[in-house]
Amino acid sequence: MAQSAELLSLSPPGWGGNLLRGLSHSLQIAFGAYALGLVIGLFGAYGKLYGGKVTRDLLAIYTTVIRAVPELVLILILYYVGSDIINKISTAMGGGRVEINGVAAGIWVLGIVQGAYATEILRGAIQAVPPGQIEAAKSYGMPALMTMRRVTIPAMMSFAVPGLANLWLIATKDTALLAVVGFNELTLETRQAASSTRAYFTFFLAAGFLYLMVTLCSGGIFARIEKWARRGQPSLKGGSR
Amino acid sequence: MDTAKAVSPTLEAAASIEAIKVEDLHKSFGTLEVLKGVSLTANKGDVVAIIGGSGSGKSTMLRCINFLETPSSGKITIGGELVEMHTDGSPSNRRQIERIRTRLAMVFQQFNLWTHRTLLENVIEVPVHVLKVPKAEAIARAHELLKRVGLGDKADTYPAYLSGGQQQRAAIARALAVDPSVMLFDEPTSALDPELVGEVLTVIRDLAAEGRTMLLVTHEMKFAREVANHVVYLFEGRIEEQGPPAEVFGNPKSERLKQFLSSVT
Ligand SMILES: Nc1ncnc2c1ncn2[C@@H]1O[C@H](COP(=O)(O)OP(=O)(O)O)[C@@H](O)[C@H]1O
Ligand SMILES: [Mg+2]
Repeated sequence: MAQSAELLSLSPPGWGGNLLRGLSHSLQIAFGAYALGLVIGLFGAYGKLYGGKVTRDLLAIYTTVIRAVPELVLILILYYVGSDIINKISTAMGGGRVEINGVAAGIWVLGIVQGAYATEILRGAIQAVPPGQIEAAKSYGMPALMTMRRVTIPAMMSFAVPGLANLWLIATKDTALLAVVGFNELTLETRQAASSTRAYFTFFLAAGFLYLMVTLCSGGIFARIEKWARRGQPSLKGGSR
Repeated sequence: MDTAKAVSPTLEAAASIEAIKVEDLHKSFGTLEVLKGVSLTANKGDVVAIIGGSGSGKSTMLRCINFLETPSSGKITIGGELVEMHTDGSPSNRRQIERIRTRLAMVFQQFNLWTHRTLLENVIEVPVHVLKVPKAEAIARAHELLKRVGLGDKADTYPAYLSGGQQQRAAIARALAVDPSVMLFDEPTSALDPELVGEVLTVIRDLAAEGRTMLLVTHEMKFAREVANHVVYLFEGRIEEQGPPAEVFGNPKSERLKQFLSSVT
């Protein structure tokens, strides 16, 4: 026990600091990828609902392929293809090889994956908004973009938040997959600490605990977001009104 | 309106008293022709009641007037301003449509209040965000309007917590907030329980009495007879008969109208 505490201590020779740094990288990537995924998802959803035929077909290919291929494979493909393209461009423009920033690469790769799922969640949520509410906005002269911002998005939030909460948890856990491309997020840091000290049990238990804490905090935050998104809707439990 | 009366009826004077003019309006959904050439004029202060059987095109006509539906052909003039249309009837000037829509306030059968906003927020939404009225001013006016429709104490309540009658009165307050030149009512009481119809009709009767211009699609024949100064009977996409309420209700000429009136009363 005392030995474990020593191993997990924040300052060397303890490895706790490394784990926390790994956690911080994981969260940065998860956050960035989630935000990117939401932006892609919003455009994707509107494109699928209101876009022309070409837009809809391209989006259908995007969401189908991304959701069909295992994430680990996607990460390998997007990471290596992505860095290859960047290097080709750089060499063509007379520069040398570019050092790929791990956080940025992770955000892009996971963000593209998240975007496919977000597209489907948001498309379903937008379709669940009573058309009369959008029509009312239109009939009072609200321009399309303002209608989206003032009516459609707030009204669809209550339908989207449960799915988006799931998506966030997937984002935090998918960061672990980036270990395969050598990015020092929490899982890789844990593996390094464990194999250097042979204290596998201690470190993986500690990492599991950190992931669990992230999930619990997220759950609390999303519960509040959901309550806010559902404002104006009588709760089923309270059912008296 | 004195000035309009004093001037001889030149075209210009006609434009200044005409609130809405619809000429030869056609509308098809695919191969189904729903409106087959409807012409209608409402002057300022007119209350035009539109009656007719289900599926006769009443809603479609109202929705074409503020371009929630794209007319197939025809001419629509709002407050003397001709709406620019392509030859296929679609509005060719999006900004013009948006501007004109802010002068036409629609009240829907299903209320269509924004459920994630309180009544006050519903009422100030368009004035603040579309018409750019200062927020404080819009709020003060919204409180007045809610009070006027009998919802002064419900400003901070969400629509889902109100009865249908209350929601429809709130929707009328939202319509009044844009200070519309014409109000369009599409069966405002049809979704209500019978005991809630009266409270909504009272509000509309009030608006008619103060000289608001409105087009009112309704199945409440007694009410139409009482508030309207012009009644239009629509049958299968055409105006079958129209005239003052006393004539249309008291002395209908068309067989179809006679039948229709006996079936609804
Ligand atoms: N969006 C639409 N697409 C196809 N048909 C429609 C649409 N809206 C209305 N219709 C048809 O047009 C006809 C007239 O409808 P409507 O104007 O709603 O009648 P009313 O309001 O007089 O009951 C009906 O036959 C209806 O089925
Ligand atoms: Mg109708």
